[in-house]
Amino acid sequence: MSSMFSIGRFAAVLIKEFIQMRRDRVTFAMMIGLPIVQLMLFGFAINADPRHLPTLIELGDNGPITRAVIAGMQNSDYFDFLGTVGGEAEGNEALRQGGANFVVVIPPNFERDVMRGHRPEVLLDADASDPSAVGGAAGALGGIVQVAISETFNGPLAGIVSPPPPFSVIVHRQYNPEGKTSTNIVPGLLAIILSMTMVMITAVAIVKETERGTMEMLIATPVRPLEVMLGKILPYVFVGYVQTIVFLSAAYLVFNVPFEGSKLAFFVGFNLFIVVNLALGFLISTAARSQMQAMQLSFFTILPSILLSGFMFPFAGMPGWAQFLGQGVPATHFLRITRKVMLKGAETGDIMPEMGALVVTLLVVSAIAMLRYRQTLD
Amino acid sequence: MTEVIAVTGLTKIYGTKRVVDDFDITVPRGAIYGFLGPNGSGKTTTIRMLCGLLTPDAGQGTCLGYDIRAQADRIKEQVGYMTQKFSLYEDLSIRENLDFIGRMYRVRDRGARVAAALDDLGLANRAGQLAGTLSGGWKQRLALAACLLHDPKLLLLDEPTAGVDPKARRDFWDEIRRLSGQGVTVLVSTHYMDEAVQCDRIAYIAYGKKLIDGPSADIPKQVGLETWRVEGPDLAALEVRVKTMPGIVQVARFGASLHVSGTDKQAFENTIETLKAEGTHRWSEQVAGLEEAFIYLMAGSRDNFAATEDKVGSS
Repeated sequence: MSSMFSIGRFAAVLIKEFIQMRRDRVTFAMMIGLPIVQLMLFGFAINADPRHLPTLIELGDNGPITRAVIAGMQNSDYFDFLGTVGGEAEGNEALRQGGANFVVVIPPNFERDVMRGHRPEVLLDADASDPSAVGGAAGALGGIVQVAISETFNGPLAGIVSPPPPFSVIVHRQYNPEGKTSTNIVPGLLAIILSMTMVMITAVAIVKETERGTMEMLIATPVRPLEVMLGKILPYVFVGYVQTIVFLSAAYLVFNVPFEGSKLAFFVGFNLFIVVNLALGFLISTAARSQMQAMQLSFFTILPSILLSGFMFPFAGMPGWAQFLGQGVPATHFLRITRKVMLKGAETGDIMPEMGALVVTLLVVSAIAMLRYRQTLD
Repeated sequence: MTEVIAVTGLTKIYGTKRVVDDFDITVPRGAIYGFLGPNGSGKTTTIRMLCGLLTPDAGQGTCLGYDIRAQADRIKEQVGYMTQKFSLYEDLSIRENLDFIGRMYRVRDRGARVAAALDDLGLANRAGQLAGTLSGGWKQRLALAACLLHDPKLLLLDEPTAGVDPKARRDFWDEIRRLSGQGVTVLVSTHYMDEAVQCDRIAYIAYGKKLIDGPSADIPKQVGLETWRVEGPDLAALEVRVKTMPGIVQVARFGASLHVSGTDKQAFENTIETLKAEGTHRWSEQVAGLEEAFIYLMAGSRDNFAATEDKVGSS
């Protein structure tokens, strides 16, 4: 029966795609170069807990306690002291110009007031136009000062220091004890890189046929839609494998990101995610009329992957409607799989909810794509 | 089966425009059938509907004995379709392209067939060259070789020689003649007159409607042109003057003479008599040929065609 799937025709499309891929050096370089470049950029450049922030100091007093406070701040790595300012106006100007992120103000008679138990106030003027830049440092300051002062007062003066609070809170940083940003970013980044390249390359690969006029020849042959779809998609599954291998090696060697969980769970989730992305790319290609449009539509899917998936911002911190939208983004689920498996040591059973969500997405997207793919030029 | 294509009422509508309107055609086996018509007249759309690339909005019929609506897959297996624009892969080599097409049609002995095609083309030693680097004439020959690879019974050629030099065009037509002699049916769209005269039968299409259909030799009679040939001094001035005279529908220049034609016999002959009486030029009556007929058809507007059809019908 002629309407059956032909291995020969499928192989013809597959071979052709591989030849074309090999000849298109720019795309090929992008496939391999992109994961490495992104990994380096995101892994090294992004830091959610920044240190060494430029700081100025306004000295209203000078003595052993003041020096202890300053030394304590410097030792914390959060603050890099650039120098002193003469008064409030000078400090404000430095903040406004961006010369410093902090101005520490030690009030006049600070030493004497401390001795007398008057509890004087140390002012930390912060440039909060970027809250994430100053949040960590400002939060750490109270503790730093406390420690610095208690070390200064020992012996008979120890009573000046306020007694410790009656209880203490212990934060146990699980899965990422050092709080390293790269440990969080790197596994998530794989989801972003795969969605970017897989969706874009597939979308463009099919539109290219329409744009160059080769689609007319292709569908004038007895080839079936499924043969075209599979033949065009499989080479890019291969690309996804190469990207992931490059990525995981770099993550392990450069950033020491652990891989705690089941490799099988990762492998299954990863394959499913690739197929979802390819189907999405195929769907885009059925709607786009030119490669340019395909690129634009791909970007339309990439932005939510970055912003709504929990990659850049904590998922639980988003408003309900944004979380609802984020659930529809495939990267959201794969991101959870990679973090669960790589950092939390998850097994296959642990990632079932995410796998379920990806399967549903795959079914919906492929159904629409197959309905939209035309075997005619109508 | 002597009819390779038999369709009636074929219609394709884009938006509100009837690109192909109630089109009937019967193509006998082994014929070279020419589709003539200005750009945008629906030639390409008709060809695409015949080979299953487009679904007609109305009409039915068979192509190679298969229903054009329901059995497009079967039709595709036995048709060689050469698109207007070069549509093989420019980033694949000549051999890779032929190999790809061979696999698509599941050609038996593919390796040998591809090698033979390369030899016939004279491209055997350049088989590794990328198709995109070929010149227009070579691309056209490669495209033809690609659509012949699976021994199609019907060839659909959509303006196959656009942008190809005259020598390559003559070679191309020799090949088409040879194939036709072997029983392959050829349907070719063109707007070159010298290609039209190569066809056994011609259908003239404008605005999606078939206006004239018949053996090429009968076309001038169907168009119904009366033609006189004029020679003499200052033909340019005469041409300008004659064009506006009653009964004259066309003045065409052929070398050192003008061919003056009309369709309304009475008015036309009156005008010719007046002109002859002036005695400045030599006038001789001429049997209207295909060329005058085509110039007339290509230049005419829809209303002119309507008038022509009436005339053909009433004579």
